[in-house]
Amino acid sequence: MCLTHNFWSFLVGGLANGLLYALIALGYTLVYGVLQLINFAHSEVFMSGGFAGLFLTRVFVPTGSATPSGAASFGLILLGTIGGAVVGGIVALVLERVAYRPLRRRHAPKLAYLISAIGASYFLFNMAGKEFGRDSAPIPTLFTNGTVFTIFGAEVQTYYVIIAVAAVIMLVLLDRLVGATRLGQGIRAVAQDADTASLMGVNIDRVISQTFVVGGLLGGAAGFLFGIGSGVVYTMGFTPGLKAFTAAVLGGIGNIRGAMLGGLLLGVVESLSVACINDAWTDVVAFAILVLVLLVRPTGILGERLGRSA
Amino acid sequence: MTATATAPRVGQSGAPSRWQRLRENPDARRLVACLLAGIVFALMTGPDGSVSDPTKGFRGSWAMPRILLFLGLGVALWAATTAWINDWVGIRSRLRVAGAARSRVTARRSARWTLYAVLLAATIVVPLMLTETDRGILVNFIGIYVLLALGLNVVVGFAGLLDLGYIAFYAIGAYTAAYFAGALPVKPFVELNLFWVFPLGVIAAMLSGVVLGTPTLRLRGDYLAIVTLGFGEIIEIAANNMTSVTGGAQGVTMTNFTISIGGLHYEWSLAQLPYYYLLLVIVILVLIAMPLLENSRVGRAWVAIREDEVAAEATGINALKYKVMAFAIGASTSGLAGVFFAGKNNFFDPPTFSINASILVLVLVIFGGMGSIPGVVIGAAILQELQQLLRDYIPQQDLYVYIGALLVIMMIFRPQGILPSRRRSRELGLAEAGVGGADAMGAPGEAP
Repeated sequence: MCLTHNFWSFLVGGLANGLLYALIALGYTLVYGVLQLINFAHSEVFMSGGFAGLFLTRVFVPTGSATPSGAASFGLILLGTIGGAVVGGIVALVLERVAYRPLRRRHAPKLAYLISAIGASYFLFNMAGKEFGRDSAPIPTLFTNGTVFTIFGAEVQTYYVIIAVAAVIMLVLLDRLVGATRLGQGIRAVAQDADTASLMGVNIDRVISQTFVVGGLLGGAAGFLFGIGSGVVYTMGFTPGLKAFTAAVLGGIGNIRGAMLGGLLLGVVESLSVACINDAWTDVVAFAILVLVLLVRPTGILGERLGRSA
Repeated sequence: MTATATAPRVGQSGAPSRWQRLRENPDARRLVACLLAGIVFALMTGPDGSVSDPTKGFRGSWAMPRILLFLGLGVALWAATTAWINDWVGIRSRLRVAGAARSRVTARRSARWTLYAVLLAATIVVPLMLTETDRGILVNFIGIYVLLALGLNVVVGFAGLLDLGYIAFYAIGAYTAAYFAGALPVKPFVELNLFWVFPLGVIAAMLSGVVLGTPTLRLRGDYLAIVTLGFGEIIEIAANNMTSVTGGAQGVTMTNFTISIGGLHYEWSLAQLPYYYLLLVIVILVLIAMPLLENSRVGRAWVAIREDEVAAEATGINALKYKVMAFAIGASTSGLAGVFFAGKNNFFDPPTFSINASILVLVLVIFGGMGSIPGVVIGAAILQELQQLLRDYIPQQDLYVYIGALLVIMMIFRPQGILPSRRRSRELGLAEAGVGGADAMGAPGEAP
């Protein structure tokens, strides 16, 4: 049986991937909450975070230099993650300004937003391909990837620990941000009922911008963390973007904890299915899950709840 | 979403400062936007960078005389938009007069039929005068894409849905053709002449449209966009990896179209013209069918769903049925084009059906005017011809930078397209004024 062989190591890998999906999925879910729109260009926010981390870390670790260790490793990873997050946030902000706000001013139909977003996505990733080349580039080795500990015979590598620590910190911060700050209150209010929120004095434009930025921060950081393992290339956003959207739908789109849960679940299911089927078909698994969820439980596991009672 | 965006700010004390006034000045804002657009355009047309030298493209675009040219372009754009908005040269009023005159002429039935006859004669005669290369462009780059755009127009324009995996059905049509021609590793139970595969390709594409559309369209319309995006990707993956069925990455080599009915026998071989006329017949048939469809009971149901889905359901329209129908009609047109493409090119491989091609067809529909049949045909022809003309100036791999930018620009400034359908642009205008909708995505904020 494919599942019994190396079950735990597939599970560990799946959880790490799932955390990354969760980070990206939050970008979709947050924007969906306030605008009821799929932000097709979110995958390009992720990509830009990858490039930002790549170029930032390259400054300190030029090609051919020795692998840093200890505090240097830690600092570089932190730098890359924060750099990726900041650039992701900026790209998301510009995206909202250019591709969304003019349409919102005009009360354009949803179709127009979706087309504008897919156009922005195409513009951004092809522009990245033009400026930064079209071949995949590895992020310089920032740490020695060894086995940190073993669980049921599965080796948990340093890379996975880094993803887990970074992602969990961000997820907790986000949960607090949405649950316990003024901005979070604004986001929830707009998600619940934008018109009423504006009557209550919420500046909708500002809340929407900030929501894009928050999603962009998470997506950009995920881009860097993903790039450490798989390298950075201008088309890197497409597949993780599609999967993260699936994760958001799986957990219940618009629901923040749902996006986290959906991401983890998708990562694990996908990783375990890799054990059973040919590599080339992994992307198909996520898609099959998406269609299945839409068929069986379109509201996702936790249902759509951002703002409504979460 | 709300009307507060432009409302005066409450609690602002005193007169606005000079800087604030400048920031709120629409002309100043537009100048900044135009200058930024100039810089972006400089980057788009600038030199390529590489991953080892990521600033090279930016440096090259900023190079001194060059950037001035683009900033100048930005200023020119600003001047043009200012002139347009204030109607200084009177272009807008003249256009309005010309438009009214045009609709007076086209409203007369005799004038309309004369126009159709002239156009038909031109499409028959003009290719005779072209070179073989130009005829090839006419068939491969314009004709097939006009057909594809007409099909996608049913989904995006008529039904107000978004299909981002449209080319997948083109692939289904092409592989169906290859299957029945015996060109795939799996052999058919009966090998058919390619000419008779047209209906089968259409049926195969339509069936997959129904199978994909039914579960997805039960929910909000925007899920269709992402599901089709995934589906488009999967079809390419499947074509690449199911080597024992599709022939995999090496592609498929096909035979030519042949007709043999009774004593009549004809084979399409290398010359472009016979393909052109075959395609012309197909396009004309589709062109006859589309307005009939648009003005039929089905077409009216689409209008009703676009404008207000809840009200449409209340009057007894089965929205799901009509949405799936639009999606399937679009898919089958794509399948039809796929069969033609397979028979025309004699060779195709999976990258032909990449997601980029779907976006390309989408931009053709949007540029011409979603929902407008003449708009879609003319828009597709213009854009595809432009692409050919600019082929030597724009590197092929940069094409999608322009396509992406064009999509955003159209959505911001002219969502109804260059030759809008009257009904569709009125609808977009009304929806923007808060009356009714203009798509089938479900009302904003509505739960599934």
